[in-house]
Amino acid sequence: MMTQTPAQEVKNTTCYMCACRCGIRVHLRDGEVRYIDGNPDHPINKGVICAKGSSGIMKQYSPARLTRPLRRKQGAERGAGDFEPISWEEAFSMLEERLAHLRETDPKKFALFTGRDQMQALTGLFAKQFGTPNYAAHGGFCSVNMAAGMIYTIGGSFWEFGGPDLERSKLFVMIGTAEDHHSNPLKIAISKFKREGGRFISINPVRTGYSAIADEWVPIRPGTDSALLLALIHEIIAKGLYDRDFLVRYSNGGQLVNVDEANDEFGMFLRDDVPAADGCYDPQDKLWWDRRTDRAVRTHNADADPYLLGEFRLEDGTPAKPAFQLLKERVEEYTPEWASRITGIPADTIRRLAHEMGVTARDQRIELPIAWTDSWGVEHESVTGNPVSFHAMRGLAAHSNGFHSIRALAILMSLLGTIDRPGGFRHKAPFPRPIPPCARTPKGPEGVQPGKPLDGMVLGWPAEPDDLFVDDQGGPVRIDKAFSWEYPLAVHGMMHNVITNAWRGDPYKIDTLLIFMANMAWNSTMNTVEVRKMLNDKDENGEYRIPFLVVADAFQSEMTAFADLVLPDTTYLERHDAMSMLDRPISEFDGPADSVRIPVVPPKGECKPFQEVLIELGSRLKLPAFTTPEGTRKYRDYPDFVVNYETEPGSGIGFLAGWRGKGGEKALRGEPNPNQWEMYAKNNCVYHHELPKSYQYMRNWNKGYLEWSQRNRITRYAEPILIHLYSEVLMKFRAAAQGKGTSRRPPAHLAERVATYFDPLPFHYDPLECQATDKHTYPLAAITQRPMAMYHSWDSQNAWLRQIHTHNVLFVNPITAKNAGIEDDDWIWVESQWGKVRCMAKYSEAVEPGTVWTWNAIGKAAGAWNLSPKSNEARKGFLLNHLISEELPGDQGRISNSDPVTGQASWYDVRVRIYKAEADEPKITSPQFDTVKPFPGQPKRSRILNFFAAKGGK
Amino acid sequence: MTQLALVIDLNVCVGCHACVTSCKEWNTSGEAGPLVDLRPYDADPTGTFFNRVQTFEVGEYPNTETVHFPKSCLHCEEPPCVPVCPTGASYKREEDGIVLVDYDKCIGCKYCSWACPYGVREVDAKRKVMTKCTLCVDRIYDDELPEWDRKPACVRACPTNARLFGDVHDPDSEVSTAIRENGGYQLMPEWGTKPANHYLPRHKTRITVREDELERSDNPLRIDSKLPKPDRDEPSLDDVTSW
Repeated sequence: MMTQTPAQEVKNTTCYMCACRCGIRVHLRDGEVRYIDGNPDHPINKGVICAKGSSGIMKQYSPARLTRPLRRKQGAERGAGDFEPISWEEAFSMLEERLAHLRETDPKKFALFTGRDQMQALTGLFAKQFGTPNYAAHGGFCSVNMAAGMIYTIGGSFWEFGGPDLERSKLFVMIGTAEDHHSNPLKIAISKFKREGGRFISINPVRTGYSAIADEWVPIRPGTDSALLLALIHEIIAKGLYDRDFLVRYSNGGQLVNVDEANDEFGMFLRDDVPAADGCYDPQDKLWWDRRTDRAVRTHNADADPYLLGEFRLEDGTPAKPAFQLLKERVEEYTPEWASRITGIPADTIRRLAHEMGVTARDQRIELPIAWTDSWGVEHESVTGNPVSFHAMRGLAAHSNGFHSIRALAILMSLLGTIDRPGGFRHKAPFPRPIPPCARTPKGPEGVQPGKPLDGMVLGWPAEPDDLFVDDQGGPVRIDKAFSWEYPLAVHGMMHNVITNAWRGDPYKIDTLLIFMANMAWNSTMNTVEVRKMLNDKDENGEYRIPFLVVADAFQSEMTAFADLVLPDTTYLERHDAMSMLDRPISEFDGPADSVRIPVVPPKGECKPFQEVLIELGSRLKLPAFTTPEGTRKYRDYPDFVVNYETEPGSGIGFLAGWRGKGGEKALRGEPNPNQWEMYAKNNCVYHHELPKSYQYMRNWNKGYLEWSQRNRITRYAEPILIHLYSEVLMKFRAAAQGKGTSRRPPAHLAERVATYFDPLPFHYDPLECQATDKHTYPLAAITQRPMAMYHSWDSQNAWLRQIHTHNVLFVNPITAKNAGIEDDDWIWVESQWGKVRCMAKYSEAVEPGTVWTWNAIGKAAGAWNLSPKSNEARKGFLLNHLISEELPGDQGRISNSDPVTGQASWYDVRVRIYKAEADEPKITSPQFDTVKPFPGQPKRSRILNFFAAKGGK
Repeated sequence: MTQLALVIDLNVCVGCHACVTSCKEWNTSGEAGPLVDLRPYDADPTGTFFNRVQTFEVGEYPNTETVHFPKSCLHCEEPPCVPVCPTGASYKREEDGIVLVDYDKCIGCKYCSWACPYGVREVDAKRKVMTKCTLCVDRIYDDELPEWDRKPACVRACPTNARLFGDVHDPDSEVSTAIRENGGYQLMPEWGTKPANHYLPRHKTRITVREDELERSDNPLRIDSKLPKPDRDEPSLDDVTSW
C-alpha cells in the first residue's frame, strides 16, 4: 500500500494509438506515466478510451523503441539489421548533401512516402517545396476508393469527412469491414442508437466487430457489393421509394444528357445557350425538361418542375434523357434475382432490405424547426431528414471494383434523400467540397524543375483528362504512376507500387526513398517476400537498385532493418502535433474542429519528432517555405512553425484554426498568435467551432453555410454542390478514350481500359484479379480484418495488447473445412496463384462458406519489434500479404493490382485454396525470414514485467 | 445494505477489450498492483488481468451470433471463495459488498480459486498471492477525484457504456433499473452464490414492412413516368364507329 505521496500530475494531449485522435488525460507519477484515461471534455471520445488507448504506457516503455540515429554498417546487407549509431549532425549532413544535389539536378529522384502519419499538411508541404512529384501517404493502399467514390458523387465521404447521424437515425446499415474508421465515436454512437431502439443491419462476409451486436447479419461474398447495391437501387426505383423532391432539387438527376451517339457531346449534359457567369466552378447552365411547359428550361428555374424519367428532343432535334432515366435504364438488368446469384444473398432478402430502407426513409421523416436558405435563394422553414444511415470503409474500398461499388452506395444514399440531413449522412468541415475538389497536380513534366518547388499540388483531384499528370506520350510523371491514364483518379497516390516501380526503374530510377512510419517490408506491402528482395537487390554494377533508403520510425521493425539510415522518431506522448484543417481535422457534424498534441514526457534517448527532422532539412536545403527572404532559417522548430506559418504571406490561414489573431481573439483566419499553443493547452488541446444550427445541414446547397465557408477560405466557391448521380467528370475521360472532344487522349493501349471503367454510371464487374484467376482451382475469397484491440498495425509489440492477440489463425466455415478434410486447429496451407502460407485453421460459423479470413498484421518476422524470435507472432502468426500480388498480368504488360479508376490497392480480391499440411511438416508458419537483430541503443526486453509507475512511491 | 456491482449490457458490448486493458493499466500502478506479466516479449506471454473478455459463437451459419462476454469477479453475496480461505485473507466487505483479498494474509494456497465457479481469480505468479477485481476500491472512494470520476476504470473507459456501476440493493439505482427493465440475469444462479454482477441480454429490433405500405398515393413514379400517349393518327374506335 502507498506509504508516501509521490508527485502526481495530469496533462492533456491527444491519443495516437489508432487514428481516432481521442482526447486523453495522461496521469504522471514522479514523471512516469501511471494512467491514461479519456478526456470527458473532448468532442471525439467524451471521456471514453479504447483497449489501445489504455495500453499507451506499454508503447511508451516498449523495448522496440529506437533511441539513436543509425547508419547501416559498411558491407552489411540490407535487412540484416547491422547498424552503427551516428549523431544527428552526421545524419543531417548526409541527408543535406544528398538531397541538395538531387534538388539541383533532378528533384523527382527523391521520393517521400508516409504511413498513417496525421501530418500530411507538413509532409506534403515539404515534398512540394522540395519540388518532387513523388509523395503520398498511405491512402492509396487503405481506403482511397471510399474517399474518391463518394467525394466525386456527393462532395464528401465517411470518417474524417462525414458519417452516419446515428443520433437521429432509425435504420443503420454497415457494409464491409469499417470498424477502425473511426472507432470510439462509432462505438459510442452505435450503443446509443441501439438503446434508443434503432435497427442495425450488418452486411459482411464475417460476423465480428460491431457486426456482433447487429440486429441482422447478412453474409455476402467479398467483392460483390456493387451487385447488391445496384439491385437495391433497382428495387428502390422500381417501387418508387426514392425521395423525388430531394433528387430534383439537390442532384443532377433531372439534368438532360445528350444521348445522340453520333454527337461529340454524347453523354455530356446539355447546356443553356446563355453564357454562364464567369468564375464559376460548376456553372448552373444545365437543362431540365419542364413538366408544366413541356419544354427544356434552365435548371432550378423557380416555376419549373423537371421530369426525372422519359426521353425528349430539343428544338434542334438533339435527343435527351434526364440523368435519372439513364440510371433507371442502367439498373434495369440488376434485379434482386441477378444479384442473388452473385452475392449469395437471397433475392427476397435484397428486396426486403430495399423496402426497409425505402419505407423508413419515406415514412419516418424528421422535421427540425431550423430555418435556412438554399443556394437559389429559397427560404425553408425547417430542415427535414430521412432516418436511414450507412457506414462503410475498407471492406467496400479494397477491391478493384470498389470505386463503382462506392459510387453505387453514394447514389443509394442520395435516392433515399439522406445527404447532409438529420438521421442520414452528415458532412464534417472542410467538406462538402466542390465535385471534385479544386486542388490540382501539375499537368506535365514541366511542373518538375530543378531547384524549384513543384508547380502544383503533390496530390490533386482531376476533373478532366487535361488535369492528369502525364507527359506528351501520355506516360506517368510520378514513380507510382498516380494521375496517369493507368489510374487517373489516384487521388491519394499509390504507395503500394513505389518499391516495385523504383526497383524496376519504371517509369524511371530514383535515388533516395524516405519512408516514414510505414512497414513496407512487411504488413503494408503486397507480395512481401519479393518486395523484401527488391529492397536488397543490386544492379549489374553492384549498386542497390534503390540507392538510398531512409526510414523514420519510433520502433524497430522489418522495414527499419532495410534502411541505410534510420531516424528515431518520438512517440505520441513526446511530441507536438497538429491535427490540421489543412490535412484531416477532427471536425464534428456541427462544425470544424482541430486539435493538437503537446508533449507530456521528454523524448527517450536521442529521439526526435519527424516534424523537427523536416523543419531542419527544409531549413538546411533553403526550401522557400522554410527560409526568410534574406536566406536564413525561418522557423526555430516545429511549434514555432505551427504558430507562424501562413499558407501565403498575410493569408491568416495556418496549421491551426483556433485562437488566431494577436491575442487569440480570432478563429479559422487571423494573424499568427504567439500564445496559440498555450491556448490549446488550456482548452483540452482542441478547438471546436460550433456552427449556427441553420448552417449545420444541407450544406451542399446551404447558401449561408457556403458563403460562411467561402469567407473563411474553407472553400473558394460558394456554389451549390449538386449530387452527381450521373458523373460527367467520368464521362469526360471516357469520351477522350473514345477519341471525342479536344482534351488529351490516352495512349492507344489504355483507351479501352479507360473507356470501360470511366462509366458515368456505376456498374458491376468481377474484380480484376478474379477475372485473372481460375476459380475452380482457387475457389475461396481470402480477406482480413483488424481486431479492435489492434486497430492500425503499429502496436502489436505492446506487452498487454499482444496477450490479447498473440497469433492469428485462418477462420474457415466448418463446411468448407470438412470438404477439404481439415479439422479444427489443423496446420494447413493457404495458397493463391502468387504464393502460399502455412498457418493454423480455426472453425468458425461466423464466416460465409466461400470466404476464409484472418486478423491482419499479427504475424511478425522473427526478431522484429524486438520480440523474441520464438514469439508466437513469428512462429504461428502469419501475413496474408504473401498471397497478394502488387501487380497483375495484362495484355499490355503488368499493371498494378488496383482499382482502374483510383489506383486503390485491391487487398480483398485474392482467391485461394486450402489444404491440410503433411503430418511430418514442422508446426510453424511458413515462409520464415532471417531473424532481425536488436539495433544499437534499443532497450533490453525484460523477462518479467512488473510495471508500477514511479516505483519510488510504492 | 449496499451491494456494489457491475451490470454488463451484452446488447451493446462489441468486445473491444477497453475494459481489459484500462483495468490492467489502473490496477498495476494502484493499490492492488503491480500486476505481473510473464514473458511479455517472448513466446506465450501471460499476465495478471482482473477482467477478461471471452468471445464465442452461438448457432450455425448463417444463424450465427458472435458473443463477447466480459468477465471479472462477480462480487457474490454468498461468495464461495470466502469460507474456504484458511487465513481469512479472502473477505467480503460489510459496508459495500465488495469481495477483496488481503495480500498480507494471503498464502497463495489457491483454495479460493478452486471454490470460485466462475474462474475469475488470478494468482499473481510473482508475488504468489491471489488477486482479483476490486471494483477499483482505490478509485470509487477517492475524495481527490471529482465525483464523476469515482468509478471503476473499466466503467470510465467503456466506449459503448456497456458497463454500469452502482448499488444493486438500491431499487432506484441505475443498475437496479437496468436489471429490472431489461431482463438482467445472474451467472449460474443454481450455485446459490448470488452474484452481485448482472448481465443484460441481447435483444433484436425489427422493422416490418407490410405489402400495402409499400406504395403510397404520392408515389413519385406517378409523376415521373409519362403515361404513353398514342399519336393522334393511330387507329382508334373513332375510325370505325359512327354513332
